[in-house]
Formats: sequence, structure tokens, C-alpha cells
Amino acid sequence: MKSESLSNLQSVLDKGKFAVTSECGPPRGADPEIIRKKGELLKGYVDAVNVTDNQTAIVRMSSIAACTHLLQMGLEPVMQMVTRDRNRIALQSDILGAYSLGIKNILCLSGDHQTFGSQPDAMNVFDIDSINLVNMVKAMKTEGKDMSGFALISPPKMFIGAAANPFADPFEYRVIRLAKKIDAGADFIQTQCVYNLERFRQWMYLAHEEGLTARTHILAGVTPLKSEGMAKYMANRVAGMEVPESLIKRMEGVPKEKAAEEGIKICVETIAMLREIKGVHGIHIMAIEWEEKVGQIVEEAGLLPRPQADWHGGL
Amino acid sequence: MIVGKQKSIAEIKEIISPYKKLLVLGCGTCVKTCFAGGEDEVAALSSALRLAFRKDGKDIYIEELTVERQCEDEFIREAAIAISKNSAVLSLACGAGVQAIARRFSDVPVLPGVNTTFIGVLEKQGLFTEECLGCGDCKLAVFGGICPVSRCAKKIQNGPCGGSRNGICEVNPDTECAWQQIIMRLKTLGQLDNLRKYNPPKDWRPSHAGGPRKLVREDHII
Repeated sequence: MKSESLSNLQSVLDKGKFAVTSECGPPRGADPEIIRKKGELLKGYVDAVNVTDNQTAIVRMSSIAACTHLLQMGLEPVMQMVTRDRNRIALQSDILGAYSLGIKNILCLSGDHQTFGSQPDAMNVFDIDSINLVNMVKAMKTEGKDMSGFALISPPKMFIGAAANPFADPFEYRVIRLAKKIDAGADFIQTQCVYNLERFRQWMYLAHEEGLTARTHILAGVTPLKSEGMAKYMANRVAGMEVPESLIKRMEGVPKEKAAEEGIKICVETIAMLREIKGVHGIHIMAIEWEEKVGQIVEEAGLLPRPQADWHGGL
Repeated sequence: MIVGKQKSIAEIKEIISPYKKLLVLGCGTCVKTCFAGGEDEVAALSSALRLAFRKDGKDIYIEELTVERQCEDEFIREAAIAISKNSAVLSLACGAGVQAIARRFSDVPVLPGVNTTFIGVLEKQGLFTEECLGCGDCKLAVFGGICPVSRCAKKIQNGPCGGSRNGICEVNPDTECAWQQIIMRLKTLGQLDNLRKYNPPKDWRPSHAGGPRKLVREDHII
């Protein structure tokens, strides 16, 4: 794919190793200790850590700042960036700033609509969409230019990610849109949490048929279920999420105090099945406010030790 | 058409409260069609206000008038005499109408009685839907005649996002996903290839982002 790795995550993927990434939600406050504590829980278990950008449209410490805290403790961040809150000028400026701080991976998203957040009275931006954002970061990397065509002095060269939701509708169009993201420059793809393996396999098959799995690294998303309630919430209340009835039954079937354990078991089993699917190059563990379980999941999935970071990038 | 919704009686009462003589001025074009500010709404609102003020033991004189279009000077002139007899105007036109009245009658307070909501269509009896944002650079040819700028909550040019489910938008269960509509329409038209094309970042200069807009038609200037 690429001859020279731009980040540790890219280095792991390019070597054909099964990548493991996780997620870290910045705090609703200015205390860096919270992000450091979360980072500490993930150290040694993952190749890179996604830092969300005001996820669910709730104000949190900025992704760039939280990424920087992680970098300082030797963790590689994947900076999430949404087009909801910033126009193209602010997006480009923040990308330059982030790269100057040593952030090498970016995940380009449109972002949850503000009506889902704590400040639904806010104005949104959506100057450009997520595919336009991918294209912008790619132009910086390959042509060294910003959106105006200006040749940047020391252009940022980021490893570019995008999201895909195999469970949203219309299904047959999902793969076409994935192709569009890859054409725009997505080096890796993180998927929505996979619970419905059958539908995911079908989507991967279509992606493979289109030749897409050879052109990008697909990281399958997983989220351990904490309880029966969470399973039902994910199934019924989160748009674009699909939790099969059988999984809900399974969570229902265990006593409350064993539910978390069962959720982790399901997650580990899911990872094992995902590893068997052609074209899946890694997993992205989204343990929502449950970072302390990531290590256990990675260990039980047999994904330890993580490859030594032999990537010596830097500025 | 421009779609508007009449303000609540409570809000209208509040903004007209300083005035004893009021002209309720309707507009016979867009707001008439969407039942917000035509002749019938002027009559109904005036009666309701008279009743409400009487109930409060307050005195108010209300005159009623509707002109064809409040956004055109030619029609506004017809309201000159009625306006001169009153101390304020409650306009039931869209925001453009309110301002056109204010521009012509600089010493008369002009108050809005309607919230101007969007450019839309009458989808069916009693239902108006937003269909245009007036972005100034129409790309409907690419999108099968369905506008993602006005009809997608994220204005996505390369959609649909991951929040499209069973043809419904995640932002509002009463809203159809514009991108699902685009796909279905392109399928019907045999233009599904459009979906594979990358739609570049939108040029917002012709939109309101470029500041208040003007349209000059040299050929019509006398």
C-alpha cells in the first residue's frame, strides 16, 4: 500500500499485523489527569487510541488537546475530527496545528447532529462533508496543498481514516459510499460496532467483490455490552446500530451481576469471528466509559503482545 | 412559496401592547397560501385580538387590510392611507414584507405577526415541507431533483450518512432521509452512476454566507 509508514498504526497495518485500536472520550472539563488515567489503562494493549471530537455533540476537552496529552505519555492518538463545528478554514488550520504537535492519524467524520447533544440550540456548520474532509487531508498529503491550492510549507502527511456503517440503509449503497471514501483518500476505515455478523460478512463480501479490501485497511468496530439494558438501548435507540435478538436474549439470560462478564465474552467471541473474515485488518474497540476492560478484551482475544513500536516517526 | 407561521396570540399581544391604534396588514401571496397572513387570517387574528384585549379590560382599535404583495412597492402604496391613520402596523407578511413596509414608512413602527420559516411546497393539504435553502448554486441536476442542502440535516453532498434507517433520518423520525430519496429517484431515472461521483465541497459564495445578496437585472433597469 504505502512504502513509508506515516504512523505506528500504519506501520502495524502495512506489516500485515492485525491492528488493535481503542477509544478515549475526553472529559467534560479541563483536567488532563482524566485523559491520562484513561490512557494509562490502554497503554500496551492497543496500537493507537481514537480521541473523539465532542462526541454526541456534547462539549468536551478538544480532541487536539486530549491527543497531545496522550502523545506526551507515549500513546499514539487517532484524532477524530467532525465537520459539524468548524468550517473548512478552521478544519485546515486545526489539521496543521495537530500535525505540528505530532498527531499523525486522523479520522474524518461528519459528526453527530447537534440536536442529539446537550446544546441542541446550537447552529451547525457542515460547510463540507466527511468525504470532502478526507479529500482535503489527502490533498495536503499527496500534493502538499491546502484547499485553495496553496503549496503549504511543510504540509501535514497524515494517515487518513474514515468511518463506515454497514448497518445503515440503503444497504446496497453502503459499499458504493465506502468506495467513494477510499477514492477520496481513506487509508483505513473504522466500522460501526458489529453485533450482526451476518450482515457485516455480507457487507465485507460486497466490499471485497468491488476490490475495496485491497485498497484500504478495514478495522471492525466492537463495543462490549455492559448490561441487558444497554443491549436494548443500542438496538432500539441508536440509529444505524443493529443488535440481533439472539444477543439481547443472551444478555437477558444471565443474572445481573454476571451481565458485564457475558458482554465481554460476547465481545471476545465477536473478535474471533471478525479475524476470520477476509479483508478485516484489525479491530477498533469502543468500550464506552469502560476503558478498564479493554486490556482484558485484548488479552482474552489472544491479541497480546502488541507489536513493538519500531516506528520512529517524528517531525 | 415562502412558508410562514403566525406567531402566538400571547406573543403578538405583547409586541402590540404599547399601541392603541393598530393596522393588521395581510399579504395576499405566499403567506395567504400557507394560511398565515392572508385576508382570512387578518380577519381571524383581528377578532381574536379585539376579544383578548376586551377581556383584559384594555382599549385597542384595530383596522384590517390586505394587499396583494407586501414585498412590492406598487402594492404597498395601497396601504398608505390606512397606515397613516394608525400608530403601528402588525404585518402578517414574511420578513421581506415587514421590511419593505418599514422601508417605505420610515416613521411608523412595523411589527412582525408571522415567523417566516422556509421556502417550501404544499406537500399535501395541511402539510408544508422545506425544499430550498436559497443557496444560490443549484445542483439538483446531479441529485435527481432532490436537494440535500435543504433536506439533509447535515447538508451532506456525498451521502447518506450512517444515520439513515429504513428511509428515515436519525435526526427526526418524521423526516425522510433525503439521500434515500435521491437514491430511489436516481434508480428510477437510470442515473445511479451519479452516486459514484465525488461531489466537491460546495461553493457557498452565492449563498447567504457571502453576505446579503442582490440580484441586478440590467435589462430591466429603467
